[in-house]
Amino acid sequence: MSKHSPADQAPIPTAPVPPAHWAASYEEEPSQASTPPQANGMTALKPFGWAKDNLFNTPLNTALTVACLVLLWLVVPPMANWLLLNASWSGSSEACREAAGACWSVIVVKHRLIFFGTYPYDEQWRPFLACALFVAMLGASGVRAFWRPWLAGAWALTLVGMGVLMWGGVAGLTYVPNDRWGGLPITLMLSVFSIALAFPLSILLALGRQSSLPAIRTFCVGFIEAMRGVPLVSVLFMASVMFPLFLPEGVTVDKLLRALAGMTLFTAAYLAEAVRGGLQAIPKGQYEAADALGLGYWQKTMLIVLPQALRIVIPPIVNQFISAFKDTSLVTIVGLYDLLTAATVATTDPEWRPYFAEVYVFAGLMFWIFCFSMSRYSQWLERLANRYTRR
Amino acid sequence: MTETAIIELRKVGKWYNSYHALRDVSLSVAKGEKVVVCGPSGSGKSTMIRCINRLEAHQTGHIVVDGIELTDDVKAVEKIRRKVGMVFQNFNLFPHLTVLQNLTLAPIWVRGMAKSEIEEIAMMYLKRVRIPDQAHKFPGQLSGGQQQRVAIARALCMRPEIMLFDEPTSALDPEMVKEVLDVMTELAGEGMTMVCVTHEMGFARQVADSIVFMAEGSIIESGSPAEFFENPKSERTRQFLGQILEH
Ligand SMILES: Nc1ncnc2c1ncn2[C@@H]1O[C@H](COP(=O)(O)OP(=O)(O)OP(=O)(O)O)[C@@H](O)[C@H]1O
Ligand SMILES: [Mg+2]
Repeated sequence: MSKHSPADQAPIPTAPVPPAHWAASYEEEPSQASTPPQANGMTALKPFGWAKDNLFNTPLNTALTVACLVLLWLVVPPMANWLLLNASWSGSSEACREAAGACWSVIVVKHRLIFFGTYPYDEQWRPFLACALFVAMLGASGVRAFWRPWLAGAWALTLVGMGVLMWGGVAGLTYVPNDRWGGLPITLMLSVFSIALAFPLSILLALGRQSSLPAIRTFCVGFIEAMRGVPLVSVLFMASVMFPLFLPEGVTVDKLLRALAGMTLFTAAYLAEAVRGGLQAIPKGQYEAADALGLGYWQKTMLIVLPQALRIVIPPIVNQFISAFKDTSLVTIVGLYDLLTAATVATTDPEWRPYFAEVYVFAGLMFWIFCFSMSRYSQWLERLANRYTRR
Repeated sequence: MTETAIIELRKVGKWYNSYHALRDVSLSVAKGEKVVVCGPSGSGKSTMIRCINRLEAHQTGHIVVDGIELTDDVKAVEKIRRKVGMVFQNFNLFPHLTVLQNLTLAPIWVRGMAKSEIEEIAMMYLKRVRIPDQAHKFPGQLSGGQQQRVAIARALCMRPEIMLFDEPTSALDPEMVKEVLDVMTELAGEGMTMVCVTHEMGFARQVADSIVFMAEGSIIESGSPAEFFENPKSERTRQFLGQILEH
């Protein structure tokens, strides 16, 4: 039954359960649910009528429509020619020199370098498997039916599995130190881990910024403003160059870990401001109702305030996630080998140097796939969160 | 004063910065008593009633609820909030939770009750406020009157000994006022101790054991409804009654 001490229970002499006649003596109000009138059958689509009504209804609209069509005609065919029709899809660099379009052969030849950097060539199935596992788990974590306690266990197993695959040194896998890692695994792991760590941290910072304790408030404001006031590049430099100077002699922190820490703190500061926006949107009455019911600070925060506040700020939070994902490409300045760095290295081969544009288009496409997925997912999440709440 | 007082305010003073919101307010409410508080806008009615469960802190004087004095001691505040339920003008339901979840949240987390147990009790309270069929809707899908009845049921689910109402009907459309007042009248009939800020004088006449009239942060007069309406002592009260009973 109750986990409360008898002392807490004692002073409640009133009848604990309403007498049964209450339930019986009042007739229930009629339910307000009634079937809404059915919409009339959709009128058939008339493309010409639609175009006439929407694209050519005024002289100005007609002019704009024509201008757009001309622009499309000028841009689309040459682009399609370069990207697809005249492109060279396989073969040597000589074949590319003859072709008028893009040279996609460079991707075919260099994709292992772009995806996995300097990871030992024969072992690259390992980062491939690790990435596949990681992406699959990320996808699964987005599915509502999987939001169950066992998901946390699955993540723990996944992380261990990824560690084993990437580092090796056990189960007959050769050891690969993490300064040989590169490409997609670095980009994925740095971004996902820094976001996953920054998000809870940002909530604490945002709550701390509203704290009634001056010391906590000052610390949080100071941290947020300091981080937001400097470029990420300098935070990364600080994390990788200056931070080790403060450590006692003999203690070293891994370069990857230092970059992760820098990314996390930086992202947390920005996220904290987005979260704070959500906290400020919660009406005072919500706090008062929670107080009046006797909820403590953390119960109030976790059960009432955050669920509402975070819903409101899904768009700016995801915006920050996307930005953080792309910002991982800046870790190149501290000597880490992310996807974009790997792509840059791929263009240094003299034989394929003329086709750097194709390499960057490809790397851009990889970034876009992940960012666009996040964007679509956030739209779904927003709809889910607001399905029943009318404000 | 009286041994049986369950709420006791003695010379309570409260300032908002330099604004003196409560001036030496003394009030004693016996167990099972129904007190209606009225007075012009800004007279400190909300402030006083919110001091009773410490949504506002008083600065001078004493407030004792069921033998526990309200101080900065968090434990005392916690204990008192478990005994005191509150209903607000703007309902303040939790919009992200269903009606049933609104009712069961605090009993589960504050009282540590089992979910199945409290859900059964919550359904009984919803029947009592006559909206059991809305249990799985969200507050935003209900009318104002229904929302306020949910708010009353939510407070009752904590099994309070005292219920505070701060203008529970003044945000409602006229046709919904009655459904809420009916529920409150029934509650009064069952012996709940109630302190209710309201300008519904019909309700006050019918239900109140005593009426308290406030102006400018002080209690100007208090007495039984009969005395208060037929024979008000102060000029200020007569003026107020004249305005409010006009229509
Ligand atoms: N948080 C606050 N900060 C400063 N002043 C306040 C605050 N809350 C209330 N006051 C002031 O205290 C006085 C009493 O307010 P209170 O809300 O108790 O009045 P009320 O009698 O409930 O009025 P109403 O009928 O309009 O609800 C008002 O003059 C108000 O401006
Ligand atoms: Mg008020």
